[in-house]
Amino acid sequence: MKSLIAVMALSIATLFGLVCMRVQAAQSDANREVSVSPSDASGISNAEGIPGAPVHPQTSSGPNRGLVLVASLTVFALSVFVGFEIIAKVPPTLHTPLMSGSNAISGITVVGAIIAAGYKETGFGSFFGMIAIVLAMINVAGGFLVTNRMLLMFKKR
Amino acid sequence: MNALVPLMYLVASVLFIVGLKVMSLPRTAVRGNLLGASGMILAILTTLFDRGVTGYVFIAMGLIAGTVIGTLMAKRVAMTSMPQMVGMLNGLGGGASVLVAFADLLNSTGHHLDTLIAIGLSGLIGAVTFWGSLVAYAKLEEWPQFKKPHSLPNQQLMNAGLVGLNCLFIAILAFSHNSTIQILCYLGIAISGSFLGVFLVNPIGGADMPVVISLMNSYSGIAGAATGFVIDNNALIIAGALVGASGIILTQIMCKAMNRSLSNVLFGVMAGGGTTGNVDEIYANVRSTSPDDIAMILDGAQRVVFVPGYGMAVAQAQHAVRELSKVLEARGAVVEYAIHPVAGRMPGHMNVLLAEADVSYDKLKEMDEINPTLDSVDVAIVIGANDVVNPSARTDPKSPIAGMPIIDVDKCRTVIVIKRSLSPGFAGIPNPLFAMPNTLMYYADGQQAVLDIVKAVKAL
Repeated sequence: MKSLIAVMALSIATLFGLVCMRVQAAQSDANREVSVSPSDASGISNAEGIPGAPVHPQTSSGPNRGLVLVASLTVFALSVFVGFEIIAKVPPTLHTPLMSGSNAISGITVVGAIIAAGYKETGFGSFFGMIAIVLAMINVAGGFLVTNRMLLMFKKR
Repeated sequence: MNALVPLMYLVASVLFIVGLKVMSLPRTAVRGNLLGASGMILAILTTLFDRGVTGYVFIAMGLIAGTVIGTLMAKRVAMTSMPQMVGMLNGLGGGASVLVAFADLLNSTGHHLDTLIAIGLSGLIGAVTFWGSLVAYAKLEEWPQFKKPHSLPNQQLMNAGLVGLNCLFIAILAFSHNSTIQILCYLGIAISGSFLGVFLVNPIGGADMPVVISLMNSYSGIAGAATGFVIDNNALIIAGALVGASGIILTQIMCKAMNRSLSNVLFGVMAGGGTTGNVDEIYANVRSTSPDDIAMILDGAQRVVFVPGYGMAVAQAQHAVRELSKVLEARGAVVEYAIHPVAGRMPGHMNVLLAEADVSYDKLKEMDEINPTLDSVDVAIVIGANDVVNPSARTDPKSPIAGMPIIDVDKCRTVIVIKRSLSPGFAGIPNPLFAMPNTLMYYADGQQAVLDIVKAVKAL
């Protein structure tokens, strides 16, 4: 079942990556065409309320973005396998601390929360980021401390 | 972009992996947890020093508030409430993912297609985790409104509809270039994801909470990984994937221990009793006993095995049980504990409860380890456990728990069951073990019962 899940996840991820790459390549082509006639582009965007060009200003064109995505998917897929390998060896005695400990690790979302809260333009985004910091930090601090508390009980022996 | 920042995230990720690895031995586990925590501190500091981040006052306030609340929760929680605590923390992680993805959608415009899909998934999985965990929390706390599994008519059809709705929202979010539509779609995802989370967990009974908690653990990891795709951060992707994988493994272990498939736990309603015959007939030959008789039996016992269930923890009897095992060991008996994988309310819960009572972990034997040796056990003391020692799982193919792996205490020479009454366990079925010729029932509150036995043994 484990390998089935892994293969399924992998194929879904691959499919997802391929589709995104294709669509983005198409979009960037379209943008290139649009940018040839800037007056038309701005006219359309104003009429439909599109905020400027639909491409992230700081990032590069489609194919490159696709490579970034594939790199991320690679990291994800390999990490899932690493996770399976490590966790499968944990004895049942430690399953509860393992769960609370890994739970604390999933509080890594706090990184995203800090980035969102610290965004240069203050607004709703940074407000939600702020709340996210509190939630994720409860997860992190509570998770690691309670795990430590439990593991110390096991260590006493 | 400064290469140092992603490099630090890599170091943090490696610390997470090594930490989990080191955590797999009871001897080194504390160090493993500390490694994980230092990885987290490194990741947070790296993010704070990243040049893109401003507004430190608010961030610091958020960090401090979260840390204080988390610390108080960790210090105060009782070990019996550990499943609720982990459930709650899972939910908060999911909630954070929902908010971070939303904040990213609000903060910057012109997202890439894959980022938009990741935002949608992050919101959906996060919302399911948040509300699913809260419902699981309410069930574990035994709030009356949530105690019984609730199922709406056409529940599965409705859930399928919600999933479809979510896919639609994500598609619109991904392909729309209008930021207002995107925000509305995201809110739609968050709301329908919330309903999905409640609907998924609410029909599941209290006995299946170990599976739900494990699954929510996995979801919180996957939500984190999705958030990693939103903000292009490998630390989130790696940590999220690790947690997602660990949750899936634990879910699988729990399902196997109950001999049920995951889909059966999630969508199937466990059949009630009635298939196993008349209760009065089964319990016709039940014999009860007293502390003095139990002390006499224990007097000659060479090997004693305790089979604890969650009822033992509810009765706060674990300290008394350890006291009894100390007395017996002083008299030369070998004492062990047989732990069924679903003995507690989350994976490994019973081990933690016994560790809290100072029981050495090398005396805790897994079901598969102890089952082959049970016929050489003189006395098995079952306390607060019922379904996990029900032999009809082995003998009655029509039983709702047929095929579930159990601890075969009926093979021991004498079985003593400490229980308040003959009332059924979670599965709601009678237990033929109680009427076996080698079984003696002792009807009492767990803690008082064990203390009385200790007194009687000492008086021998």
